[in-house]
Amino acid sequence: MSETLLEVRDLVKHFPVGGGVLSKKTGIVRAVDGVSFDLHRGETLGLVGESGCGKTTTGRCILQLERPTSGTIRFQGEELTTLPPTAMRKLRRHMQVIFQDPYSSLNPRMTIGQIIEEPLKVHAIVTEAPARAERARDLLTQVGLLPQHAKRYPHQLSGGQRQRVGIARALAMEPALIVCDEPVSALDVSIQAQIVNLLEDLQGRFGLTYLFIAHDLSVVRHISDRVVVMYLGKVVEIADRTSLYEAPLHPYTRALLSAVPIPDPKLEARREHIVLRGEVPSPLNPPSGCVFHPRCPVAIARCAAEVPALREITPGHCAACHLA
Amino acid sequence: MAKLLQVNHLRTTFATSTGLVRAVDGVSWDVEEGETVALVGESGCGKSVSALSIMRLIAPPAGRIESGEIFFKGRDLLRLSDEEMREVRGSEIAMVFQEPMTSLNPVLTVGRQLTEGMEIHYRTQPAAARARALKLLEMVGISDPERRLPQYPHHFSGGMRQRIMIAMALACNPQLILADEPTTALDVTIQAQILELMRNLSRELGVAMLIITHNLGVVARYADRVNVMYAGRIIEQATAAELYANPRHPYTLGLLHSVPRLDEPRRARLDPIEGQPPDLTRLPPGCAFQPRCKYRVERCVEAPPLVPLDAAGHCAACWEAANIASASRVTA
Repeated sequence: MSETLLEVRDLVKHFPVGGGVLSKKTGIVRAVDGVSFDLHRGETLGLVGESGCGKTTTGRCILQLERPTSGTIRFQGEELTTLPPTAMRKLRRHMQVIFQDPYSSLNPRMTIGQIIEEPLKVHAIVTEAPARAERARDLLTQVGLLPQHAKRYPHQLSGGQRQRVGIARALAMEPALIVCDEPVSALDVSIQAQIVNLLEDLQGRFGLTYLFIAHDLSVVRHISDRVVVMYLGKVVEIADRTSLYEAPLHPYTRALLSAVPIPDPKLEARREHIVLRGEVPSPLNPPSGCVFHPRCPVAIARCAAEVPALREITPGHCAACHLA
Repeated sequence: MAKLLQVNHLRTTFATSTGLVRAVDGVSWDVEEGETVALVGESGCGKSVSALSIMRLIAPPAGRIESGEIFFKGRDLLRLSDEEMREVRGSEIAMVFQEPMTSLNPVLTVGRQLTEGMEIHYRTQPAAARARALKLLEMVGISDPERRLPQYPHHFSGGMRQRIMIAMALACNPQLILADEPTTALDVTIQAQILELMRNLSRELGVAMLIITHNLGVVARYADRVNVMYAGRIIEQATAAELYANPRHPYTLGLLHSVPRLDEPRRARLDPIEGQPPDLTRLPPGCAFQPRCKYRVERCVEAPPLVPLDAAGHCAACWEAANIASASRVTA
């Protein structure tokens, strides 16, 4: 097994609701509620779940863009949650992020060249201006754009091209880890595959490690080595790609997989569809026991009373279900 | 089966600062009674503008339906007066939008929004309209409708709001529902619920449905016939079963190959469609897809017409359609 780059243990992030100047604190949103996983150097870990399951908050906690309520995050052997701000700033160049919406994450008043050069300047990685411009042009070529794109502004590029700029900016720091937060879901179908291929090429070329946050299970299967499934702030299943997709153990994972429509009408007509009842409960007031039990097609009495622990069922395949 | 809706050579344009954009450029398609037809394509291909044109909701002065005919039950909607068109909207053809929060009125109760159409179109008495609203909420799977009726849209979750939109669309017993990306804003498990609901209602009530989507999987599961659009034109037209088994336009083929599929072994690499989506103000001459096309030949600078390829009505707008049939079978 390769070296562990990132180790997340019992990560909890609660957001207070209310509690402003005039109102009383009215409750706690349990956005992330005890999440643990490891990320090995050079692998891609997919983090999937529906909106509000805490996948983005988990990513933001790892990047220290949110202060976790409790839990530990070790990155390259250093504990991030107790790191002083100056040390954190230095470490941050080794962990970069690619956002969902490439338009709102690029400054509209800066040229593409300036956007990519900015972090090189801030972190004093390349101090000479001509060398920085050269580096920016080189990065643009790496992500499949042309050197002359450096002079353009974000609005002059298409969505797919903007996402390539976001990737070039992240690469500029020569990071070890890139958190990809829904990097293709805002793009057109024909462009998504281009970006997925690019991310894979770059991973091979630079030995990158990805935390790939997404809700599209087919894309996650394609790109990930291992996959974490989250529901309502908790990890319900972790496994390598093949066992998760071929032998899912948690009823929620099974329902998610069955909900993905497959582009083949004959197959769709034959396929069994598990349609879940009801909706995702509010993380303000999560259900007792297993948080999935009110929607679970196979729930038993024990599920409402007792929180299932994440157990290793087969080697490397963990699920949090009493019936697994 | 009789044609419920027949769109002929529809062209809708928008005047923009960079020139005239032909958002919909001479498309023809139809919907038969009770069936589900899909318009598929990526952003900017003209699928939403097609639906808005049918409803005559293209905002002047920039937007204009330049030419064409839209026959609905034999009447050309483009020739109706504004008053007559208002009678059609909501009562005969209803619409479900992508974003239920922005298309519901936040300051009116759900009950009011459900009954408004019935009272206007059919002069239904308030008590009768209320009874029907309760029935509608029950039909779309909202429990405890008595309690829900006086609530406001913000009391409901995204999936629930989409159910309310569907209830509103059904309120006046339309024969056709135009659903513009009805589940794109929703989570996967909720998407499955809503699509299942729409299919069941369409079967039970015999309502025809036009589904507008970019998701090829949704089309495969729910549509009877499919129109694929690219840069304002229909480039391929077939039954859903035929389109997926035997795609004949390079764009359709490219779309099908570029998405990873859960039912197939994982491929080492995806096969994207290279290049950028078309810029409608600067389209190339001839076929709009030719700059990205693997099968391009010299003749592609001439626009290929949408022509039938077989007796069953499979049509494609590509000079090379015959060669692509064999290509798709080899890779499949």
